[in-house]
Amino acid sequence: MSLNYDQAIEKYEPTLGLEVHVELNTKSKMFCGCATEFGAEPNTQTCPVCLGLPGALPVVNKTAIESSILIGLALNCSIAPFSRFARKNYFYPDMPKNFQTSQYDEPICINGFLDVEIESDEGNKVFRIEIERVHMEEDTGKSLHVGGSTGRIHGAEYSLLDYNRAGIPLVEIVTKIVPNTGKYAPQVARAYVAALRDILRGLKVSDVKMEQGSLRCDVNLSLAPSGSGELGTRSETKNVNSLRSVETAVSGEIVRQANRLQSGEKIVQETRHFLEESGETRPGRSKEKAEDYRYFPEPDLVPVVPDNKWIDELRKTLPEKPADRRKRLQSEWSVPEKEMTAMVNAELLDTVEETVKLGADPTKARSWWLGEISRIANERDVVATELISVTAVAQIINLINQGELTDKLARQVVDGVIAGEGTPAEVISKRGLKVVSDDGALMKAIEDAIAAQPDTAERVRGGNIPAAGALIGAVMKATGGQADAAKVRELLLKHLGQ
Amino acid sequence: MSAISREEVANLARLARIEMSDAELDHLSGEMQVILGAVARVQEVASADVPPTSHPIPVNNVVREDVVIPSLSPTDALSGAPASSEQRFKVPQILGEA
Repeated sequence: MSLNYDQAIEKYEPTLGLEVHVELNTKSKMFCGCATEFGAEPNTQTCPVCLGLPGALPVVNKTAIESSILIGLALNCSIAPFSRFARKNYFYPDMPKNFQTSQYDEPICINGFLDVEIESDEGNKVFRIEIERVHMEEDTGKSLHVGGSTGRIHGAEYSLLDYNRAGIPLVEIVTKIVPNTGKYAPQVARAYVAALRDILRGLKVSDVKMEQGSLRCDVNLSLAPSGSGELGTRSETKNVNSLRSVETAVSGEIVRQANRLQSGEKIVQETRHFLEESGETRPGRSKEKAEDYRYFPEPDLVPVVPDNKWIDELRKTLPEKPADRRKRLQSEWSVPEKEMTAMVNAELLDTVEETVKLGADPTKARSWWLGEISRIANERDVVATELISVTAVAQIINLINQGELTDKLARQVVDGVIAGEGTPAEVISKRGLKVVSDDGALMKAIEDAIAAQPDTAERVRGGNIPAAGALIGAVMKATGGQADAAKVRELLLKHLGQ
Repeated sequence: MSAISREEVANLARLARIEMSDAELDHLSGEMQVILGAVARVQEVASADVPPTSHPIPVNNVVREDVVIPSLSPTDALSGAPASSEQRFKVPQILGEA
C-alpha cells in the first residue's frame, strides 16, 4: 500500500534546502564583452574568452559584482571583505573551457536570511529562511541532443552546442537547511522562491523569468522519521521552472521518499530531474563528488575586495523591500489583502502604483488594469502594459473622476487608444465621446422620456423610486450613453418631485 | 607528507577522460609522487602567518565596465571546431560513455 501526502507527512519530517540560480540582466557577459540577448541565433554571442580559446584572459564585469553585492545586502548577508573566483573542473561540453568559473570557499556574500509568510491552518505564519551563501559564477551553454527517439540526452547520437549563454553572469543563492516546516514544506519552498523573485525584480538585477530560465531552482529534500531529530539522505531535484513546480517538486519528493523508506529501501543521494508535464522526477546523471571538481583559485582573475565605501554606496541604492512596500501600498490605498495578491500575481502592482502617482484614484486604477485592460490583454495574449500606457489610463481615470467620461464611454476610449487612434483626448474628440453634461439637453431628454412613459412617471411621483430606472434607461439611450447616469437620476427625480 | 595512490591517479585520469594503460599509471603515480614531495617541502617552509598564495602580485578588483563589444562571427567561432552542424559545435554523445 502506498502512502499519500498526508500519511507521508505524519510519519516523516521533511528538511528542505533550496538553491536558486539567477541570471543577471547585465548587457555583457561575466568575463567578456559578448552580448547577453536571449534567443539570439546560435553562437553569435561568443568570443575567445567565453569559448576558452588559448591565451584569452577574462576580466570581471563590474555591474555583475555590484548586482551580487546588492542581492547579498537585500538578503541581510555579510559582504565578504575578500572573495575569490575558483575553477570548477568537470568534463562536460556545456562549458568550452572544461571548467566553470565559480566561487568555492570564498563567496561574495554569506549568512543572510529572508522571512517568508504562508497561510497556515492557524492564520498567516512566518518562516525565517537562513541564507548560507550568495556566490558569483557563469552560466553554461545550451545543448541540443540529436538522434535517439526522445530528443533527450539518453540515446542521443551526438550533441550540438550553442555557447551564447556560456559566460552570462549567474548568481547562486543557497539556503541553509530549512527545518521544522512540517506539512507546509511545499508552501514554504514556493513562498521563498516567490519572495526571492520579488526582491530580485525590485533590485532590477535580473529578468527573473522562470519560463526562460533566468531564475532556476534546485530543491534538496530529505526525510527523517517524525520526532527522531535525525537528518536523512537528500535528493536534489533540478529543472524546477515555475513557482507551482517548486511546490509540486517538494510534495512529490516527500511522497516518493516516504514510500521508499516505508518499504525498507534506502534513499540514494542523487540528482533528479523534474518533469514539468507530469510533476514527477526521474534520476539524472550521477554527479561528481565535490572533490572530483578539483576546485582551485582562478589564476586569471584577481580577488574581489569590496571596501566599505563601495558597499555603503550600493546600500544607499537599495529599494524598499517588496514585503514592506506591499504593506505600505495596501494601507495607503485601503485595499483588501486579496486584491493586493491579485495585483502582485498579475504583475501589475508597479503599473497600478505608477498610475496612482499620475493622480488616478487607486480603486479605479486597480479595477481598470485588472479588469477591462487585463481582459483584452488575455484575449490577445499580450502583456497589459503593451496595450496601453500608464499615462493614457491615468488620463482616462482622471476624466471619469471629473465627470467628463462615464465608465461606459471610458471603455470606448480605452478601445480607441488600444486600436491606435491616439491619446485619450484625441480618441474622445474623434469619436465624439463627451458626456452630455448640458442640463438643458438632459432636461429635454428627460421630458421626452416622461412623455413616452406617463404611467411610469406617475408611479415615481407616487414614491416608487425604483421605477425611475426605466426612465433613466430611456434617457441614456436617447443620449447614446453619453450622459452621466447619476446626474440623469438626480435631475429626473427632482423633476418628478422626489 | 602527502601521498598519491595509483587509484587516485586512475580516478584523475577517468575524470579528465584520459585513457591510460597500467604501465602509464605506474609510471605517472611515481612522477606525481615526486611533484607532491616538492610541494610538501615548500609547505614545510611556510609558517602559519603566511596565507596561501593564489596570486603573486597584490592586485585586487580589476574590473571592466558592463559594455558590449562585438563578438566573433559564427563562422569564426566555429572555425576551430573539429565538427559543426546547424551553426553549433558538434560533439560526440555525452552519456553512454564508460
